[in-house]
Amino acid sequence: MNTLINGLCLGGIYALIALGYTMVYGIAKMLNFAHGDIIMVGAYAIFSTMALMGHAVPAIVVAVVVCTLLGLLTERVAYRPLRGASPLAVLITAIGVSYLLQSIAQLIYGSKSRAVSLGNFGSVELFNVSISISSLITLGLCLIIMVALTLFIKKTKVGCAMLAVSEDRAAAQLMGINVNGIITLTFAIGSALAAFASTFYLMQIPSVTPTLGSMPGIKAFTAAVIGGIGSIPGAMIGGILLGVIEKLALSIPALAPYTTAIEFGLLIIILLVKPTGLLGKKRREKV
Amino acid sequence: MALLEVENLEVCYGLIQAIKGVSFQVNEGEVVALIGANGAGKTTIMHSLCNLIPKKAGKVSFAGHDITAVPAHKLVPMGVAQVPEGRRIFQELTVAENLRLGYYTRNDKKEMEETLESMYERFPILKERSKQIAGTLSGGEQQMLAMSRALMSHPKLLLLDEPSMGLSPLYVNTIFDMIKQVNKEGTTVLLVEQNAKKALAIADRAYVLEIGKIAKSGTGAELLADDSIRRAYLGG
Repeated sequence: MNTLINGLCLGGIYALIALGYTMVYGIAKMLNFAHGDIIMVGAYAIFSTMALMGHAVPAIVVAVVVCTLLGLLTERVAYRPLRGASPLAVLITAIGVSYLLQSIAQLIYGSKSRAVSLGNFGSVELFNVSISISSLITLGLCLIIMVALTLFIKKTKVGCAMLAVSEDRAAAQLMGINVNGIITLTFAIGSALAAFASTFYLMQIPSVTPTLGSMPGIKAFTAAVIGGIGSIPGAMIGGILLGVIEKLALSIPALAPYTTAIEFGLLIIILLVKPTGLLGKKRREKV
Repeated sequence: MALLEVENLEVCYGLIQAIKGVSFQVNEGEVVALIGANGAGKTTIMHSLCNLIPKKAGKVSFAGHDITAVPAHKLVPMGVAQVPEGRRIFQELTVAENLRLGYYTRNDKKEMEETLESMYERFPILKERSKQIAGTLSGGEQQMLAMSRALMSHPKLLLLDEPSMGLSPLYVNTIFDMIKQVNKEGTTVLLVEQNAKKALAIADRAYVLEIGKIAKSGTGAELLADDSIRRAYLGG
């Protein structure tokens, strides 16, 4: 039971990060490999604000603002000039941004890990199991964020425009949709989600290093691909699936050392059976 | 004054010059057809008018404004709507969502519902299928949807790129009837067509495009009667 809750919790974090990957891929048609490092920047923003003010709420607000601005900045400075360039050039740029962010963090904060505590929340008894409150908060907020995002995409005009841009950029322009504006908004949303992910991550693992974003970044990317890259519900399902599997594997002593291998093995198997991922759609190539 | 004025338009794909200095006008209230064989450059002209592909040279003005470099999304609020070749409806969205996106640049809920209703009146089938995913419609229904979607923005000028392509003869007639109807209601139309016979029949004026240049122009009736046009485009 506890393993399941922890798994759902981790899965929620992966899902939030995976949403950033999948939305940017769906709309801007690029893999933003610097997305994991946005989480790291968010974690340092929390660390610094906590050191200054000692309270979690302003720290989270600062993290969201910093990450959103950083997402907008990288899109504007690094990716927008490459719109229309070859996907490889954009990919390499994204990897460059990733290293740049890690190096800047290392320059400012050094390479040693810093402890961040967002407070001790204790635990509650539910069905005779003790569950940490931080897990419940993470789980609850992840759910709320995902529902809100889904409603935003499905029910608002701008959300509909995002789906239109993702399906056919030229046709969307002919509707009067400002594609650059939609891409900017997508980066902003993805980065804000990453800030929440870094908050929840620190609630689970209360320390921060310049490479903190790498592993969750890769895992969440895997989750996005498992769910079908470009698909929003796919990223949610992929993230939660991966989180639960990771915690389950870790809880079985015989499997624990192989946890990461199991996760990536799952990716390989799913791609072999369904190359577009669980909810991915086959796109017809237009001639 | 012409509503749309194109002067010496040139468009290149890499080193290949697809459009080699094309000039034409569309006057307010007209249906103007641009006919020509496959590869003559009709769609290239349509795409470059809305800056979906860059122009190499030339000037385009609309209602007295220079729109040579105005990006596609800013043309819609000015009153230019394009139905692109191949319809390009949003396959994964519903019929109603597609239509609402046509109204994207305007912000009047009441007017939107009225416009939507008038589209449904014109094509009741769209109302019946309003909640259906657009990709499940037939080709003819998709073309109706694409045209209705463009009309949702209340355009002054409607650019139609191959609206009859791939449709059954029945739908071809429906689409051409709709073009006449829309024009009668006050929308100016620039029509690109391979179906020269149908296009010339409804066009006030027409231009014949041959490998990137205007080869001939005249009224629809003149060109229909022209021997060389008959041989080249109308099957004898």
